[in-house]
Amino acid sequence: MNVLLGHDGSEGAWKAFRQTLTRAEVADDDVSIAIYDDTAVKATPEEIEQETRSELEEYDVDTQIRHIDGHVAGTLVEIVDGEDFDRLVIAGGSRSTLGKIQLGNIAEFVVLNSETPVTLVR
Amino acid sequence: MTANRTYPDEPAGEFPPPPRTMTDKDGRDIEIRAAGLDEREALVAMYTAFDPADRAQGIPPVKEYAIDNWLDTVLAEDCLNVIAWDGDDAVGHSMLVPDDSDGYELAIFVLNTHQGAGIGTGLLETLLGHTQQNDIETVWLTVERWNKPAIELYKKVGFEICSTESFEIEMSIRLE
Repeated sequence: MNVLLGHDGSEGAWKAFRQTLTRAEVADDDVSIAIYDDTAVKATPEEIEQETRSELEEYDVDTQIRHIDGHVAGTLVEIVDGEDFDRLVIAGGSRSTLGKIQLGNIAEFVVLNSETPVTLVR
Repeated sequence: MTANRTYPDEPAGEFPPPPRTMTDKDGRDIEIRAAGLDEREALVAMYTAFDPADRAQGIPPVKEYAIDNWLDTVLAEDCLNVIAWDGDDAVGHSMLVPDDSDGYELAIFVLNTHQGAGIGTGLLETLLGHTQQNDIETVWLTVERWNKPAIELYKKVGFEICSTESFEIEMSIRLE
């Protein structure tokens, strides 16, 4: 399977990263990682890429890294539907202190607009 | 999502504090009392019996260990809780949990055997009375767009819609 992983450096995104790479090793997936900025995350896209590259050394998986900006959700859908991808994986929302799941704008947009199956990880 | 939340300018009226007793629309005597960690066991029983279709945005959790963890959070000392009792059984629970910035988040659950009988309204009013007793000024909640009965209930007690931008509707109330 050819997987596109959206990565903003948040805790949820790192969870999605590990889950995707762990699966990819077993299933022989190819993984393309799209890094983008999130104002709520301290790390810059360059720092996220660095950390991602060092984490990737633990996995035996074919990966590509690219950076996206502008309308991130629209760009993710354009990439996953326009190129040869089988699945889009992103972090699927955060929880409030009380425990309610809040779906972010990007998750909402890609679920509604992507023709390609989307996996939300949490 | 938590930043720049707006609250109504005008405070809502005064709400009745716990404890309260009410007779629900099915004639059952319901007692509503403030609650804390001592009532934990009764809540585990209530949430274990909870209809999964009545869950909202991932809570209550389904598995017992997850219910345990979640109750630890919402029954903590800086939170406010009220429980509706039918005899020895907890049949409804409403909670207030401080968020990471400016206010308190509210949630409410009623067992499906006791829904549509006015218990939700009684619970909400009592929790807000308890909230006023504790000098908390601003309370907010999120609710799924399709959940019209819940939205109407929140409006009835004085919540106003403050944001429809995200997947869920956000509502808030000012208490003093």
